[in-house]
Amino acid sequence: MEKLIEQFSVGLFFWQTILFLILLFILKKYAWKPILDSVSERENTIRESLDSAENAKKELAELQSKNENLIAEAKIERDALLKEARELKDKIVGEAKGEAKEEADKIVQAAHAAIEAEKASAIAEMKTEMASLSISIAEKIIRKELSSDDKQKSLANELVADIKLN
Amino acid sequence: MEIPAIVGAGLVVIGAGIGIGRIGGSAMEAIARQPEATNKIQTAMLIAAALIEGIGFAALFAV
Amino acid sequence: MQCRSALLTKKINYFCTKFRNVIRQVIMQFTRALFFLAVLVLSQPVLLNASGHAEHAADSIQNTPIEHSHSEGHEAMTMKEEIKAHISHHLQDSYGFHLFTDTETNTHYGFPLPVILIDNGLQIFSSSKFHHGESVAESNGNYYTLYHGKIYKTDESGFMPMHDGHVHNEKPLDFSITKNVFSIMVLSFLLVLLFMGAAKSYKKSLVPTGTARFLEPLVIFVRDEIAIPNIGEKHYKKFMSYLLTVFFFIWFVNLFGLTPLGINVTNSISVTFALAIMTFIITQVSGKAEYWKHIFWMPGVPVPMKILLAPIELLGIFIKPFALLIRLYANITAGHVVLMSLIGLMFIFHSWIGSSLSFALAVSLSLLELLVAALQAYIFTMLTALYFGSAVAEHEHH
Repeated sequence: MEKLIEQFSVGLFFWQTILFLILLFILKKYAWKPILDSVSERENTIRESLDSAENAKKELAELQSKNENLIAEAKIERDALLKEARELKDKIVGEAKGEAKEEADKIVQAAHAAIEAEKASAIAEMKTEMASLSISIAEKIIRKELSSDDKQKSLANELVADIKLN
Repeated sequence: MEIPAIVGAGLVVIGAGIGIGRIGGSAMEAIARQPEATNKIQTAMLIAAALIEGIGFAALFAV
Repeated sequence: MQCRSALLTKKINYFCTKFRNVIRQVIMQFTRALFFLAVLVLSQPVLLNASGHAEHAADSIQNTPIEHSHSEGHEAMTMKEEIKAHISHHLQDSYGFHLFTDTETNTHYGFPLPVILIDNGLQIFSSSKFHHGESVAESNGNYYTLYHGKIYKTDESGFMPMHDGHVHNEKPLDFSITKNVFSIMVLSFLLVLLFMGAAKSYKKSLVPTGTARFLEPLVIFVRDEIAIPNIGEKHYKKFMSYLLTVFFFIWFVNLFGLTPLGINVTNSISVTFALAIMTFIITQVSGKAEYWKHIFWMPGVPVPMKILLAPIELLGIFIKPFALLIRLYANITAGHVVLMSLIGLMFIFHSWIGSSLSFALAVSLSLLELLVAALQAYIFTMLTALYFGSAVAEHEHH
């Protein structure tokens, strides 16, 4: 212990204290502060970048899931549209078919009616024609038959003979 | 017969040596058992060793 | 058995990955320090036996060839005594930066440093006036002499009365720029250059370049492994400057102590005392109510224990920094003494086997000393942080 105390030098202690304090001051101002600040700043930057990367990843995933949803929705919508269109088509086609049939039926009916009418008119015409013809024929025959008095007398006789008196 | 003080100091140093040795050995075992706690164990080991070392120095320089 | 070995491999793998970074850093440090080591191992013998080769190497250094102080009986000095004298001389502070001595021509290589004394006013003169302890230095009518590395007041003839082996001459108040002070100045300047350079590289971009890339992991190590775990996330910031400065100062000074320059700053008690007292003052000043309460009125123990604990705790305040200063001083001193003794043994053995054996031992011890240099800086800083942590701690128990 005495040896230690004997070794102690006030001058060296003084200089060490002064020099160390100067060193501490200079290093604090010009070295530790900038270094530690930069290091912590860098750490913050890294942390922030990592966070933002994580956020971006999350956002991307969200976007992706949104997209997927959108796609799925679109698909459903498309399917519904297609179905609707098909239904509409079927309906239209069916309607058209029905209408056409109706029309055709109508036409056919009209044709039938026309044909009937034509036929009836033709028959009527024929009948009149035939009547007139038969009248003319009968006239002719009668003229011929009744052209002589003899004949007229025979006919009258005949008719008289026919007439039966009850 | 008078025992010189330096012998006492020597005894203290032996004791301190054994103590530090035990701390080191136990720390090694602890690290082997729990490698993930290495840093904490090392710090605790050094602190304990330093405190015992202080006693050793006190003995040496008290002579 | 199979399962167990598999588990072991797994554990070893875990260890390897966990510590790979640490190991890489250590290897980096070692490779950088290897240069110092090579210089150390190669130059110490040159320093010790002061062979003629050294002369050429020292041509660039300003030399002051002066007569040897202990001329009487110098020839009779054996190798052992010479080594012993060299070691004890190395452990002492000196007034000049002495690099080595050529014993054949009896010249010293180095340069003198200013002596500053407070004795009838300020006395400033060059240490070359002492002529390595040979002559009496005169300054403004005051006479001083060098005896066993200390300056004493004397008269023109250098009169030194001795009483039971002790000199009783008056010692003037000594504020000389000694070798240690000079070394501290140079190393502080180096530290400032190094770290200001490193800080400058951050101005360009946040990614470090150059020296900063090597120094940054160390700074972060001090922050994440020393400051934050011991002081706490909340208060650590205001202590960072001190912790970093202490860590790098001690580490640098220790490393340069391993070079053949013969710097031995941390093995002078005054330096470690100055460092420890700063830690002590900062701890007490930043001590919160909780800290003082734990010293004088320990919570959670019965009253008689409280009364008993108070003086012990109070004593502990002073013992802690004392252990701090002694630890650093003793570790570095012991390292230097053992290393220099081993190097000295190389010349004492005078045999192939013995010398190469002590050479191998010196090399491995130098490697160990490199580790100790960093370890002591780490322990000093860590304990400092621990004391700061206890001062600012807000105990949440009870």
